[in-house]
Amino acid sequence: MDLEEAKSFTERCSQCAAVSWGLTDEGKYYCTSCHNVTDRSEEVVSTAVITNTKINSISRGLRKRSKHEKGWDWYVCEGFQCILYHQAEALKTLGVGAELKNEVLHNLWKRYLQKSKQAYCKNPVRTRGRKAKVLGDNLQSSDCASELELLSDTTLESGAEFQSDPQIPKPFPLVKASPKSEAADVCSGSVDGVEYSEWKEKGVLKMTVPRTLALCYLSLLWQRETITLSDLLRFVEEDRIPYVNAFQLFPEEMKVYGRDKGIFAVESWPDYEDIYKNMIEVAIFLDLPRFPDVTEDCYLHPNILCMKYLLELNLPEEMHSLTCQVVKMTGIGEVDFLTFDPIAKKKRTVKYDVQAVAVIVVVLKLLFLLDDKLEWSYSSLAEAYNEEHREDEPQFDFRKWYQVMKKTFDEKRQKWEEARAKYSWKTKRPIYRSHIDKSVMYKRREMVEHLQKQFSALVGSTPVAEKKDPSSFQFNWTEGDTGSPCFHGHSLQGLLRTKGQSLITKNSLYWLSTQKFCKSYCKHVTTYEESNFSLSYQFILSIFSFLLRIKTSILHEEVSLIEKKLFEKKYNESKKRSRPKKVRRH
Amino acid sequence: MSDFDEELTKLALAEDGKRETSVFSNPGMHFPWLQERIETVVTGGKKKRDFAQTTSACLSFIQEALLKHQWQQAAEYMHSYLQTLEDSDTYKRQNAPEVIWKLGSEILFYHPKSNVETFNNFADRMKNIGVLNYLKISLQHALYLIHHGKLEDANRNLSDAETWRYGEKSSSQEVLINLVQAYKGLLQYHTWSKKKTELSEIDKDDYAYTSETGNSGNQSCRTSTSICALLKTPGVWDPFVKSYVEMLEFCEDRDGAREILTNYAYDEKFPSNPNAHIYLYEFLKREKAPRAKLISVLKILHEIVPSHPLMLEFHTLLRKSDTEEHQKLGLSVLFEFLDFAGCTKNITAWKYLAKCLKQTLMEGHLVWVEEEWMSRRSWWPTFHFSFFWAKSDWKADADLACEKAFVVGILLGKGCRYFRYIVKQDHETLKKKIKRMKKCVKKYSIVNPGVCT
Repeated sequence: MDLEEAKSFTERCSQCAAVSWGLTDEGKYYCTSCHNVTDRSEEVVSTAVITNTKINSISRGLRKRSKHEKGWDWYVCEGFQCILYHQAEALKTLGVGAELKNEVLHNLWKRYLQKSKQAYCKNPVRTRGRKAKVLGDNLQSSDCASELELLSDTTLESGAEFQSDPQIPKPFPLVKASPKSEAADVCSGSVDGVEYSEWKEKGVLKMTVPRTLALCYLSLLWQRETITLSDLLRFVEEDRIPYVNAFQLFPEEMKVYGRDKGIFAVESWPDYEDIYKNMIEVAIFLDLPRFPDVTEDCYLHPNILCMKYLLELNLPEEMHSLTCQVVKMTGIGEVDFLTFDPIAKKKRTVKYDVQAVAVIVVVLKLLFLLDDKLEWSYSSLAEAYNEEHREDEPQFDFRKWYQVMKKTFDEKRQKWEEARAKYSWKTKRPIYRSHIDKSVMYKRREMVEHLQKQFSALVGSTPVAEKKDPSSFQFNWTEGDTGSPCFHGHSLQGLLRTKGQSLITKNSLYWLSTQKFCKSYCKHVTTYEESNFSLSYQFILSIFSFLLRIKTSILHEEVSLIEKKLFEKKYNESKKRSRPKKVRRH
Repeated sequence: MSDFDEELTKLALAEDGKRETSVFSNPGMHFPWLQERIETVVTGGKKKRDFAQTTSACLSFIQEALLKHQWQQAAEYMHSYLQTLEDSDTYKRQNAPEVIWKLGSEILFYHPKSNVETFNNFADRMKNIGVLNYLKISLQHALYLIHHGKLEDANRNLSDAETWRYGEKSSSQEVLINLVQAYKGLLQYHTWSKKKTELSEIDKDDYAYTSETGNSGNQSCRTSTSICALLKTPGVWDPFVKSYVEMLEFCEDRDGAREILTNYAYDEKFPSNPNAHIYLYEFLKREKAPRAKLISVLKILHEIVPSHPLMLEFHTLLRKSDTEEHQKLGLSVLFEFLDFAGCTKNITAWKYLAKCLKQTLMEGHLVWVEEEWMSRRSWWPTFHFSFFWAKSDWKADADLACEKAFVVGILLGKGCRYFRYIVKQDHETLKKKIKRMKKCVKKYSIVNPGVCT
């Protein structure tokens, strides 16, 4: 037994995770701390194992790297490109037009590479300092048209590369790995993973996995597609769009380990606010021009979205005329307001989905006041009316609606929580941080799979409910068999009265969700302290925000913003008068 | 931000070794909340990863399912929870095997589709994730096998665990090894005791008998080495002590047995354990030890468990003693025994108390009685001697009611309702007794007539 010889073997022991190896007489390694004997024998120089001549030629001069993982040389931006490719494909299967992938997203990506000086420019940042070498090699191996070689060309040929299948990124000409990456614990599967993770340059927005989603949303917005941000994030959570562990879609030969983990591994679902923020940042970084106009016939226009959410929330269609009125009075239906213009001074865009839902909240407040009193007395009136007029179109009964929605949403939320708890984050391709962890990680993976097999045998053969087809609707109230009544056709008769020629709401009171807007730089509009509000308001905010999978406070902020616009005059007055909270409405 | 992440994980990895020992080997203190606090400080209040959030939600779903005995659901969630073995948080990952073992073994124990084979499979897998759980899991695995009557398999398992070696022994693991050995000893005891009962059916003059007894002697020697080590470590080891002593006594090694029991009862490092004193007392009784010795053992038991049934035996021992001190103690033992709700219907205790009171008062130790009664005056009347009790006691057990009536007569005087109710009853067989009682009460009652309730 010779301890000296065993020093070259640096993997962790699978039993006790120590790195302390001795050699047995048979030339096998054993752990000196727990006496576990591995089935590995002393490594013979690994190049002998390589039989594939193609790979052999690729790994020329990179023997150190290839000793651990024999794969392609690939760059971090290629990884992101692959993720974007799959995300675009997924969007296409969700019914988005093909131009999105081939034109819009492709162009955005090229623009990104250019702006971040990674490609499509004279002096790409990633190859600076070793440019001569690259060019030299290019001349020699001009037959292998590398992805990045093409990218370093400044001509913006649309579609060409994106249509070429990035599943087979071609080998990049040999580049000497930086001396840092030779160290045992600092490594990466990608060529520039270590450099990329340490890359800090002012004014450059590094690509991250959440930002790939921001790019996707930007292109959806450009195309004025019928997918809102909350829909997009829901599809991600339903695993219809690759995001969590998107790296597992990389071709087998693109090895992901070491520093790549920090770049590609994601252990959280995207957050609405976060992606929204990233989207604006990316748009500004890309210096994008004004987006195509969002006009009244666009899906993203509040009038259309309000209709959609009225249906989704099982509210009477009649409310649509009221939402349209609010939209008109507040001016949030204007093209200039709705269209995203990153170059404009005020760098913001509309949260179309949140805004539409907030309009509905405002309308509910106008109709019912939502002070835990009026809505219930109106409900009693409606109930009595419906009792007497069974033949007629029923009046909207808030209490009944509340009961139906409460039950349905509680069930839905329960199911959602259970599904989340069962979500499996880990993939078949574990990412290890350093080579000594590799065998332990794989062993652990194997162990988990075995145990999972055992437990799934106990679960029995109950087939998992078939995944429903993707839809921007989460609820379907019109199907008779669901058992929950549909309120779409109910009338608002009891809630409106005629005044002159127009209909106005019977309820003439209103309370503002907030009178204090943050003026500091914290970027909050206002805060939402639940207990300060009526129970009905809390309930409505909680189910509406669950529908969009956003925090209730975000919806509350949006409601406050709309109220600010709707009661601008009153709002200013009340600030002077300071006290009265209730405002008369005309 | 990702860089920062990496820095942290590197730090965590570097501390792996240190933490492993500090968390697990130090039996003293472990503050889970502190860990949480540190974690939030380290992450700078950053949002918790959804991974952490969903797995902890998953854990509570499993716990809920276990609570409701929904084994199928629990197994379903368990399937997802297994991914915590791959958690990138080192601390959580190291704790995962233990949590998974506990939950998983519970599920497999009860799940209708589970059997010994699946359990074995699971246990063997879990044993080899990390070193720290090997012994614990082996031991619990063996207990499972014993529960299912697979004694041989359990024995083999324990032998494996016993001989299992690893780098540095931590102190907590040493106790586990002792436990493993002790359980092995217990299994040996089981076979021995089975053989003993078989032998007791064979004729004593038989040749087989003598050879077998020789064998069992050997066996007990082996057992002694496996159990002995454990008994040196402080703890509650009742079943081990009991079986070990039985084997020693069988081999006529009385000194050995006495030493073990004395040590078990009197060593201050051991936690206070009533059974230790009971075992010692029973052993000494079998040995026909002098009364003084028996009294000294029971005195300690009295301090720990004044309501133990042996206290009545203690009382008779004390009565037999000549010293006044013991006589007095004998009285207070009875009072204290009857302080407990579970003992109120114990007729022997009441009989003893009646007798003892009479005798004490006859001997003129009124002070002793008053001393005991002082603290109980406020609550015994409602606790023992209410009118309700008089009726129900009489209905359930007239003898008991009579004894109680006598006691209450002495303590509260003949005017009290309990006494009056019992005396009023017309009962043929007890007529004489009641009459005698009335006389006695008149003579000895500690209450001046007229002051009673």
